[in-house]
Parts: sequence; structure tokens; C-alpha cells
Amino acid sequence: MDTSVKLEIFEGPLDLLLHLIKKNEISITDIPIATITEQYLAALELMQSLNLDVAGEFLVMAATLIHIKSRTLLPFGEDDEEGEEGEDPREELVRRLLEYQKFKEAAEDLERREILWRDVFPRSSEPPEESPSVVFEQPSLFDLISALRQILERFPEERAHEVVLESVSVREKMNLLLDDLHRRGKVIFQSLFDTATSRLEVVVTFLAMLELVKIRAIRIAQEERMGAIVIELAVPLGEVHERMAKEPIGEDGDGT
Amino acid sequence: MERDRLKSILESLLFAADGPVTLARIREILGEVERKEIAALLEELQSEYETAGRGFRVVEVAGAYQMRTPKENAEWVKSLYKGRPARMSRPLLETLAIIAYKQPITRAEIEAIRGVDVDGVLATLQERRLVRIVARKDVPGRPFLYGTTAEFLQTFNMKDLSQLPTLKEMEEMAVAQPPDTEPPANSE
Repeated sequence: MDTSVKLEIFEGPLDLLLHLIKKNEISITDIPIATITEQYLAALELMQSLNLDVAGEFLVMAATLIHIKSRTLLPFGEDDEEGEEGEDPREELVRRLLEYQKFKEAAEDLERREILWRDVFPRSSEPPEESPSVVFEQPSLFDLISALRQILERFPEERAHEVVLESVSVREKMNLLLDDLHRRGKVIFQSLFDTATSRLEVVVTFLAMLELVKIRAIRIAQEERMGAIVIELAVPLGEVHERMAKEPIGEDGDGT
Repeated sequence: MERDRLKSILESLLFAADGPVTLARIREILGEVERKEIAALLEELQSEYETAGRGFRVVEVAGAYQMRTPKENAEWVKSLYKGRPARMSRPLLETLAIIAYKQPITRAEIEAIRGVDVDGVLATLQERRLVRIVARKDVPGRPFLYGTTAEFLQTFNMKDLSQLPTLKEMEEMAVAQPPDTEPPANSE
């Protein structure tokens, strides 16, 4: 019954907030807290309904946002024992976001350098091995999730996590996706869901896609920030089948 | 010794070494040659390679010299290796950036900035020797303090930490840190 994809989410709540801020084209220093809180909670709910491993930090941030929101509802100066005109309840959050953003930019600077084993190579010895973790790059996990949200909006409301119990197998969908990608080459993310007839099918397709990312069978790229998300095979089809044979994927759902 | 001869020997040293070679090591081998002369000859080698469009360059990283392929050949050189070389993922780079600028720093301090657990990332960074424990912080619990290594400088093609771009509003710190002077392990 547990069809959860055990993807470790390395991105944190601050990433999600920055993602939402960017998507809404708003300024970090003047966050419409009600809107952002609503969108944050929606993203969180979707992640949980997909059974993604949502870390406790996300919930702490949710509580923080709700707290800030409740404080902004009080007129300024009402609770100002400390004098002054009562500080903006968003201040601490803004400070954290700005600081984090600074280091995100520093990371981008590092990435632009000539990196050993990627851009330049020394003599002899072997490069360090690829580590087995899964990390989403250009399209972050949050980009994927917000794209998924848009697709789910096309379907009538029903709770996504109730229907995951049905028998459409993630495994089956993985094979269908692979054939599709093999035939069509590069494919736009949205078009994976063109033939879907229910929320269930959309969700299963999405999970199948995550599984394929996990075994590094497919590559997901985004042409530019917020641009189209493109998917293609990362290795020849034969090799993908080999990897799938080794991994017990998405099959634990049919046992009962 | 005659200049051209010296240059040829230097070239051989860099070619045969299996890691960056420090000036100190070169002088140990060559004896009484001025630092300035060695540096000048290495620069000459480098510009000769570049002008001739050769398939390698001399770079100065972490206070040492190394032959490396130029970036424009990366696509082809990459195909030499069977496995895909480890990527620098975003979480990895972010954590690394925080450590590079704020070192020495504890795990809790890194997590406060990133807002997410960095256990796994920190382990990977240490495995890849980009980061190491440099001390313990003198506070209750005596947590480890992390800092960057010579391998960090080598990996990102830096002579020392002063080559990190200045972080907005952080001008006064980090840049003043002395470079990690631990010599690369190439003597043997």
C-alpha cells in the first residue's frame, strides 16, 4: 500500500519560499504574507499527498508563517511593550531569506568557476564517483511540484492520496514513459500528462517520473528559469531496463 | 643552469607529478633556483601552451602548480571516464559556499542558514575532502567546526580563499582568512 517515493528532499523550506516569491514576482522585503502562506501550505499538502519525505523543518516553517500571519492581523502598536512603533512581524523571516539568498548566489558563483573533473582535468587518477543521492537541479523539486499542481487543476477535485490505493502500477507507467521517451526523444513535461484521464493517473505518472529520476534513467532540464521543463532519456533504453531489474520499484503496492 | 634546460625540467616535473606541485617542492628538487625565476618560467610555459593551442595548461591552485586540460576540451576528455564524475549539486554548493565564507563554522550554524538538515551533504563534502573538521567550538557540547581544504581550492581553481568573490555585505569577513596552507599530498 505504501507507494511512497523515498526521495530525500535536500531543498528546505527557505528554498520553497524563495521559489514562491520568485514565481509571484514579489519582493523579499515586502512579502504578502497571507498569499505566500496559503501557497506554501498548498505546496506542502501536495508534497505530503505524494508521500514525499517532508522534513520537519517544513512544518516548523508552516507554523512560523501562520504565526506571522496572525500577528500582521493585529494593528501595529497594539502589543508594543518594547516601545517604538512595533516591529514588522515579517522582519526575522526576511532577514533569514536575504541571508540564505546571498549564499545561493555565492553557490552560483562557485558553479561558474572552472571545476575540476567537470571543466578541467588533471593527469592520471580517476574522478570522484557519483554519489547515490538524488538532487534536482535546474528545475527544482518545487518547480516540478508547481507544474504538477497546474496539471491537477484540470481535473475535478478529489483527494489525491485516497486514490493512490488503486491498481495502476507505477512500474507499468515507468515502462510506458520509457517507451514514449524512446520514441519521441525530448518531451515537454506537461505533455506526459496529455492522455491522463484522472488525478490518479497524473499522480502515478508523476511518481513514475520521480522513480526514473532516482535510477538516473531520465534527465530533466529547464531551458531557463521558469521556462519549459524538458525530459529525455539519460541512458540507452537497454541499460534502463537493466537498472530497473535490479531495483524493487513501485511493486510493493500489489501485495494485498 | 641554462634557462631552457630549467624550463624543460620544470615541464617534466609537472607532467610526471600526480598532483599539484608546490614551489617549495620544486625548489627542494632543483636546489638553488630563485622562486621568482621558477614562477616566471612556469608562466612562460603556460603562455606557450596557450599560444600554441596545446591540450593542456599550467594552473596555479592552492599555492601549487598543476597541468590541466583546457575547458574547451572538457566534452571529449570526459568521455575517457566510464562512470559519470560526481556532480556539484546545488545543496552541495550552497553548503560549501556557507562554509567557505563563514569558516570555521558549526553544523548547527550552517543549518540555521540553509533551514534544512545538512548531515548528508556534510558527509559527502568530507568524503570528497572539500571540507574538514578544523577544531571544536568552545561552547557547551563542543561541536565540531568545519572549514575548507586545499582540495576545495584545487577543485574550484583558486590560488587561495581571497579569490572567492566578495559576498554582498560580507566584505569585512572571510576574505581576511588566510588560505588553507596545508600542502597538497603529492610528495612521495
